[in-house]
Amino acid sequence: MRLKALLLMVAALLSGAALVTPAAAQIEVDINAGAVKPLPIAVPAFSGSPRGAEIAQVITGNLERSGLFQPLNVTGVADKLADVNVQPRFPDWQATGAQALINGQVTVGADGGLRVDFRLWDVFSQQQLLGLQFSSTPDNWRRVAHKISDAVYERLTGEKGYFDTRVAFVAESGPKLNRVKRLAIMDQDGANPQYLTDGSYIVMTPRFSSTSQELTYMALRPTGSSIYLLNLETSRQETVGKFPGMVFAPRFSPDGSKVAFSVEKNGNSDIYVMDLRSRATTRITTDPAIDTSPSFSPDGSKIVFNSDRGGQAQIYVMNTDGSGVRRISYGGGRYTTPVWSPRGDFIAFTKQTGGEFHIGVMRADGGDERLLTTSYLDEGPTWAPNGRVLMFFREGASGNPRLWTVDITGRILRPAAYGGSASDPAWSPLLD
Amino acid sequence: MSFDTQRAVRLALVGLAAASLAACASRPKPQPVTPPAQQQPTQPTPYTPPAQPPVSSGILPGSVQDFVVNIGDRVYFDTDEYVIRADAQPVLAGQAQWLNRYPGVRIRIEGNADERGTREYNLALGARRANAVRDFLIAQGVSSARIETISFGKERPIDPGSSEEAWAKNRNGRTAITDGAR
Repeated sequence: MRLKALLLMVAALLSGAALVTPAAAQIEVDINAGAVKPLPIAVPAFSGSPRGAEIAQVITGNLERSGLFQPLNVTGVADKLADVNVQPRFPDWQATGAQALINGQVTVGADGGLRVDFRLWDVFSQQQLLGLQFSSTPDNWRRVAHKISDAVYERLTGEKGYFDTRVAFVAESGPKLNRVKRLAIMDQDGANPQYLTDGSYIVMTPRFSSTSQELTYMALRPTGSSIYLLNLETSRQETVGKFPGMVFAPRFSPDGSKVAFSVEKNGNSDIYVMDLRSRATTRITTDPAIDTSPSFSPDGSKIVFNSDRGGQAQIYVMNTDGSGVRRISYGGGRYTTPVWSPRGDFIAFTKQTGGEFHIGVMRADGGDERLLTTSYLDEGPTWAPNGRVLMFFREGASGNPRLWTVDITGRILRPAAYGGSASDPAWSPLLD
Repeated sequence: MSFDTQRAVRLALVGLAAASLAACASRPKPQPVTPPAQQQPTQPTPYTPPAQPPVSSGILPGSVQDFVVNIGDRVYFDTDEYVIRADAQPVLAGQAQWLNRYPGVRIRIEGNADERGTREYNLALGARRANAVRDFLIAQGVSSARIETISFGKERPIDPGSSEEAWAKNRNGRTAITDGAR
């Protein structure tokens, strides 16, 4: 199913006096300051049908979970909203304390298609900040709501949104000594969860391609391990082939043409890169130490990875041919699971020190290390496509892992919108 | 010890063995013996000597159970380490001896790690542990053709706890028999 074809963004900003440039906007949210005080925003139910109220609810949930916005309950005031083409009565909205207002309406076209118009207003300067129209099929209403969320987030923060995305993860069930682990996928907000494997074998570490609807993940059976490539549109699945020992820790290159992974031989794990078209595999580390968890820089020129060649697990960067290896982590403790931000500026990691685990970020040169979380076990960060939010899993001493999100300032830490037992999240790029 | 004393001890032991015959099957909690005074006077039953020694075990030599119970299928490792510890060496030497006695047996060595590490690193660490066990067995004469290895990382704990004691159990190498046992 081609998602691009289903969802068409047809109209841009309205013209006229209401149009303002971003520089003139009265309100803005500084995402890099970690939003000490979230912005009060009103998201009343969209008028019209179908799904007017539900669309507003999905937008509300997205903005609220970001930690940057405080959606207000405005049920009484909302009744006074007129057509989206009419200016709202601003004094009414100022009285609610809202600084921003999203006013939207839903209509169905002659062809049965869903049409959603909305305006984003600055309540105090009484200026329109955004006016957009989306068209799609009625059953695609949630994605319309996510697209609107992304547009509002970007207009108010200056950063790209990350709501029209999916998360692949490992759904866990059963007792600690007999865990069932199934590959699963859901919308970023926890909606539409689906299992992709049946739990008859262990799966771990799914990762998205940044160029196609494709996953790579590792399967572990008593007879051995495999790395799979799974196309989510066709459900076609293939392995990267047979190797004499274990294969694990796969990750796509940014252009989707290669997969880097670890191959173990006689107890020694090294990093290999496979060109997916030619299937040619190149070994790029030869150290007798553990070399694993490779992750490409977004320009494809470097690989950050995990190695204990210095005595214990630390983070290193090398060129994609294996040359120029350089250690970048120097704090105390053990560093693992490095992941390069899609923006290139930061590397996220798991750090183990003092009997606890942390999710942290450091600059790509290793500077400015910042620990964002602390618990019995925090592990496996994955970047939202805007490079400003991370998802990871947190597991207590009794097991039962859950998905969490944290922003790069560490101030906005909260459970993700999926209530089940889950680990190894992988955030997709923005959908088409 | 004088001859007389030895003889007395031996006699005493014989007496004890006879008295405990009825109870030995249900050790360590012997059934109370019914006092003979309450029995009806009957013909004395002829004494039948036991067909097997009282410590018999039902484990078939050369079986998986023989290996697990009498040799031991797991050895344990220190945190983030894969060297074979001193306490693991006699266990592995026993495994090698047993495997050399039953050359038709094939094994899979499974490397395991505790939960105090991240998933991918622990897979690599488990592989190191499995390989260390493999190298030891090969050095003791077990053919490499009979051995395969795998790492389960931290996916297969045997103790669900979250204490040092539980983690110590979960850092192990397990020798699993895959084929050829009796």
